[in-house]
Amino acid sequence: MGKARSAGARGRAPGAPAGARGGRARPSANPFEVKVNRQKFQVLGRKTRHDVGLPGVSRARALQKRTQTLLKEYKERDKSNVFRDKRFGEYNSNISPEEKMMKRFALEQQRQHEKKSIYNLNEDEELTHYGQSLADIEKHNDIVDSDSDAEDRGVLSAELTAAHFGGGGGLLHKKTSQQQGEEGEQPKSRRELIEELIAKSKQEKRERQSQREDTLELTEKLDQDWKEIQTLLAHKTPKSESRGGKEKPKPDAYDMMVRELGFEMKAQPSNRMKTEEELAQEEQERLEGLEAERLRRMLGKEEDEHIKRPKHTSADDLSDGFVLDKDDRRLLSYKDGKMNVEEEPSGEASSSESKEEEGKGSSAGDPEESDGPDSPSGLESDVESKDESERTQEERRPNPGERSTADDREAARAELPYTFAAPESYEELKSLLSGRSMEEQLLVVERIQKCNHPSLAVGNKAKLEKLFGFLLEYVGDLATSDPPDLGGIDKLVVQLYNLCQMFPEAASSAVKFVLRDAMHDMEGMVETTGRAAFPGLDVLIYLKIAGILFPTSDFWHPVVTPALLCLSQLLTKCPVQSLQDVVKGLFVCCVFLDYVSLSQRFIPELINFLVGILYMATPNKQSQGYTLVHPFRALGKNSELLLVSDEEATATWHRRSLPLQWAGGLKAQTETEANHTRLSCLAVCLALVQRCVTACGTLPSFHDIMRPLRTLLTEHLAARSCPPELQELSRSILTEMEKQPKYYRPLVCEKSKPVPLKLFTPRLVKVLEFGKKQGCTKEEQERKRLIHKHRREFKGAVREIRKDNQFLARMQLSEIMERDAERKRKVKQLFNSLATQEGEWKALKRKKFKK
Amino acid sequence: MEREAGPVGARRALGRLVEAVLANRGKANAVFDILAVLQSEDREEIQEAVRACSRLFGALLARGELFVGQLPSEEMVMAGSRGATRKYRVWMRHRYHSCCNRLGELLARSSFQVKELALSTLMKFVQLEGEHPLEKPKWEGNYLFPHQLFKSVVGGLLSADEDHSLLLCQFREYLEHDDIRYHTMQAATDAVARATDGRPEVPLTFWNNAFTLLSSVSLPRQERAPSSFYVKHAELSDKWKVVHLREHRKAFQQMWLGFLKHQLPLRICKKVLVITHDSVLPHLAQPRLMIDFLARACDLGGAVSLLALNGLFILIHKHNLEYPDFYRKLYGLLDPSVFHVKYRARFFHLADLFLSSSHLPAYLVAAFTKRLARLALTAPPEALLTVLPFICNLLRRHPACRVLVHRPRGPELDADPYDPREEDPAQSRALESSLWELQALQRHYHPEVSKAASAVNQALSEAEVSIAPLLELTAFQIFERELEKKGPEPVPLEFIPARGLLGRRADLCAQHFTLS
Repeated sequence: MGKARSAGARGRAPGAPAGARGGRARPSANPFEVKVNRQKFQVLGRKTRHDVGLPGVSRARALQKRTQTLLKEYKERDKSNVFRDKRFGEYNSNISPEEKMMKRFALEQQRQHEKKSIYNLNEDEELTHYGQSLADIEKHNDIVDSDSDAEDRGVLSAELTAAHFGGGGGLLHKKTSQQQGEEGEQPKSRRELIEELIAKSKQEKRERQSQREDTLELTEKLDQDWKEIQTLLAHKTPKSESRGGKEKPKPDAYDMMVRELGFEMKAQPSNRMKTEEELAQEEQERLEGLEAERLRRMLGKEEDEHIKRPKHTSADDLSDGFVLDKDDRRLLSYKDGKMNVEEEPSGEASSSESKEEEGKGSSAGDPEESDGPDSPSGLESDVESKDESERTQEERRPNPGERSTADDREAARAELPYTFAAPESYEELKSLLSGRSMEEQLLVVERIQKCNHPSLAVGNKAKLEKLFGFLLEYVGDLATSDPPDLGGIDKLVVQLYNLCQMFPEAASSAVKFVLRDAMHDMEGMVETTGRAAFPGLDVLIYLKIAGILFPTSDFWHPVVTPALLCLSQLLTKCPVQSLQDVVKGLFVCCVFLDYVSLSQRFIPELINFLVGILYMATPNKQSQGYTLVHPFRALGKNSELLLVSDEEATATWHRRSLPLQWAGGLKAQTETEANHTRLSCLAVCLALVQRCVTACGTLPSFHDIMRPLRTLLTEHLAARSCPPELQELSRSILTEMEKQPKYYRPLVCEKSKPVPLKLFTPRLVKVLEFGKKQGCTKEEQERKRLIHKHRREFKGAVREIRKDNQFLARMQLSEIMERDAERKRKVKQLFNSLATQEGEWKALKRKKFKK
Repeated sequence: MEREAGPVGARRALGRLVEAVLANRGKANAVFDILAVLQSEDREEIQEAVRACSRLFGALLARGELFVGQLPSEEMVMAGSRGATRKYRVWMRHRYHSCCNRLGELLARSSFQVKELALSTLMKFVQLEGEHPLEKPKWEGNYLFPHQLFKSVVGGLLSADEDHSLLLCQFREYLEHDDIRYHTMQAATDAVARATDGRPEVPLTFWNNAFTLLSSVSLPRQERAPSSFYVKHAELSDKWKVVHLREHRKAFQQMWLGFLKHQLPLRICKKVLVITHDSVLPHLAQPRLMIDFLARACDLGGAVSLLALNGLFILIHKHNLEYPDFYRKLYGLLDPSVFHVKYRARFFHLADLFLSSSHLPAYLVAAFTKRLARLALTAPPEALLTVLPFICNLLRRHPACRVLVHRPRGPELDADPYDPREEDPAQSRALESSLWELQALQRHYHPEVSKAASAVNQALSEAEVSIAPLLELTAFQIFERELEKKGPEPVPLEFIPARGLLGRRADLCAQHFTLS
């Protein structure tokens, strides 16, 4: 206790003498009492708290304190009675003695007055003056009236305090100085002055009293008058009573009008209507934003940024894993003269912005969020809002009381119900759709969506998510039916797209599911037979749809990347055995090239496949300069599948697109038709080759990639068996290939940054109260701090208790010693007296004897 | 003899006959009845007859009631005036022979149950005959084994008409025994020699059977003291050849070389090569004799030569073989089909092994690297994921080859100096080239391939990447892995609204395909 305090005092002023402390002026310490703890090493920056101590002084202080507290307690240990000083303000040093006396006097008076003696008969009789008890007036003459007091309190109190508490001297002095000019050399004595003052104040009081009485009388009179008038007013509006004297003028028409206008719904301020150009520009900007986002994903920067963005490290980072807590210094700036505290560092702000953008981009179609005209899903939300209004109309329509303005079309559709429960299973959906025309089916699907819009009820989201899967399955069924209903699929794709925009997660997992299914089948086939057949049209359609629903140019995409692998598998695992397979394979190639049309990526399998197809269409092969890879064989029954040797067929062929149905199932064809099909396939193949040439043109080893194709094309041209149109095409491809630049720049690695040398700056460690145990969380540190504190306090307390005990023991011992000494003294005294007595007695005896 | 219907009846009848023959020599003629049933067509009956024969001749062999020594012809003995016992024994031995012949026939062609039964019966006879030899020992401690009988068994197993793989599986358990294994090897050598002797075309089934038999012979790695013999002998003599592993090895080598010297069908060849390195080569007495076969296989091209390389490598590596064109052969094997064959994993494992030496000349490694990179331009993603780290490993191992990816201040060329058609890696000028192919593959559609190819952009790290886990990667696994990957939330969506299946602007499918 005492020690700590002394340490504090020392810490404050080691140089300045202890005299700095106000109350207790301590003389400079006795050098014999100073104990110095010598330090072996100087540690920079370490605060030494216990280098110098005054053990004697602090011990003395502790002893003194104990004597004052503990000893007292000890001495009173057997006393049950306590003396309590109840005098008013005896121990309160804030009150001056005079005031104290005044109060005491007042209290005494009060007590005496209130004491009701049974023998005092006149007690109840009260003397009054102006209806007020005289005793009261006497008692509280100072605090008569609060409000009258209030106005001149300042003056009075100033004077009074000077008079009452100044001890007379001040007042006297002041008065003399004041009155010196007025009265000359007639100084008044103190008594006179006081009397004068009292008289003055009494007079003032009286005046004030009379004034107050006057006002009271006036008020009374006013009340009286009012009561008289009140009767007159009573029969008018009872409300005006409450309003008091102020009468409100009756509102006239103008006022009412103004009020009404005030309350009228005001038109909300809104953006002005945008012109067409502006709208177009906004749309363009939106698309540009989305495109930029797409490009970023295409280059796969995202991950790199996440991973690689180097954290800023100071040059003298020790790379020892020690990181300062977040740098939360803020830039100080001023704005309009006030300090402007920036909320976030700008980098973060921009990132959050970009995040927001991302959110915008992806939440397209989320109806709750997107209603601004400039939100990226403007179009979508328009549709939604239209839907919304349409739905309300529809809901109203069945109402029989309302006249419907149904036109013919509506009448024709009248047999369709307007509301549909969302199907819970695929069979349910199928039963809903079966037997209806395509138009109706679309309408049904649309209505299911509208009736179960997620904003309408809680479970609708899940229902519509399921609907996507069912629709996808339905599309697969349509594609595998004979003949495939491609028109229906074409229409349903739009629905799928809308649903996908609403539920990206569910849609992606559904698409993934169908892809996995298809791949699983194929893998099973490969494992059992070593090869796989081209899958049905449904898988091809699924792959195409995946490309429509998701951005195919991303560096990595949860749906598109598996779809790409799926396409690659189709091209590498499935041998081409029929014309139908050729059509399918070419469709796969088209889808593949569509997928990479934006990102311009390189597909080895595709080149291989095209080489194989071209090989099938080429007569007189020398098989030099190219090698066929897996699904194709140089020799075999299918090696001349696309060869057309019929002159007539060649002559009558016209270039046209391949019907996708052929991929589903090729009808039996006549020889000429089959030849035409072959030529069409070849045409598509050549077109794809051309496309590849333009796409791969920029690749560094373009000529090595294209060499097999070039060789085959040259052979093909040399054969001169195909229609002139195709020959022309091949020739143009060949020239295009030749045109590509042929320069090879040697590869050079990127320079890696030199690793910075390690510099040695001190490692900064926050010195905690409890030591240097670092590296845990805030809570843990706080806990440790508390534990440490508790332990220290506990130790201190134990030490104090021990010292107390020692002190007490010492006291008891000294008490005992004192008692013993007393007893000894008394015994000695007794002995003394007895010895004297004895001596006297002996002397007496001797005397007698002598006598 | 009255015959009862049904297999139960047949069994009883045969049982009675067997009892009668065994009990009384006078009833010996009943053996003919039993042998007659053996000729029957009915499967059940044959099985019963086989069992009866087994019991009958088993008992006779154990009793020693068959003639021992050089068997005279039946007529001579019958006409001769020797004792009746001798006549009986000779006669019975003749019956035993005819029974064995019939069983051998059954082994060659009949239903599986009968074959199985016949095999076990014959093996039982082999065992009994070994214990009670039918020849006179020429000297004390002469090792006697029923060679004739056993040869007929092996000959029956190596049928040219039927696939005996199941039966050979059964036979495999007999091969656990040392003596059977030894004699099987001898018999198989004979059988193969006989089957191919003077015949231009040997059916595939024979080769299949032979390969199955040969591949199921597996020698122990070291000589074991207590050999397990099928034929029980009182004591084993050190003078017997069967006891020594060296002799076994000799027989083993003879068998395999005899087998491999023939013009084997391609499929068998592949099968042989697959097991060569771990179950044939280590057991041969002189492994270098395999060089003929391996070199021949190596020249065949394709997957076969690829497999042969493994054997060759072992010979070069462990048996000091000089094979100057080894790396040239390996280089020649690299063609686009490498990435599509079934043995891709094995090939890359071996290639990794062959090229693991750091003492290879830089031109060679550069040629391999360049060749692989060139081939990678036609490879599917699963192969690319193997071959790209492989190339990087080669570059790491041979710092001299780093010029392929890092040639500062090199002249700009207008053609690739590398000559892909050159068969000699030394002449291919690969060291003057650069790996532009990897630069092209950095634009591959699969993100992981692209990343793997981008590894050469930076200075390569020191530690090699182990390609072992990548070797067995299949396309389906990659596909599954991609599906499992968790992507960013939410899934990015296409922002161009769909207008139909082929409705997009500049859609390639729409240009070439129509819906109707």
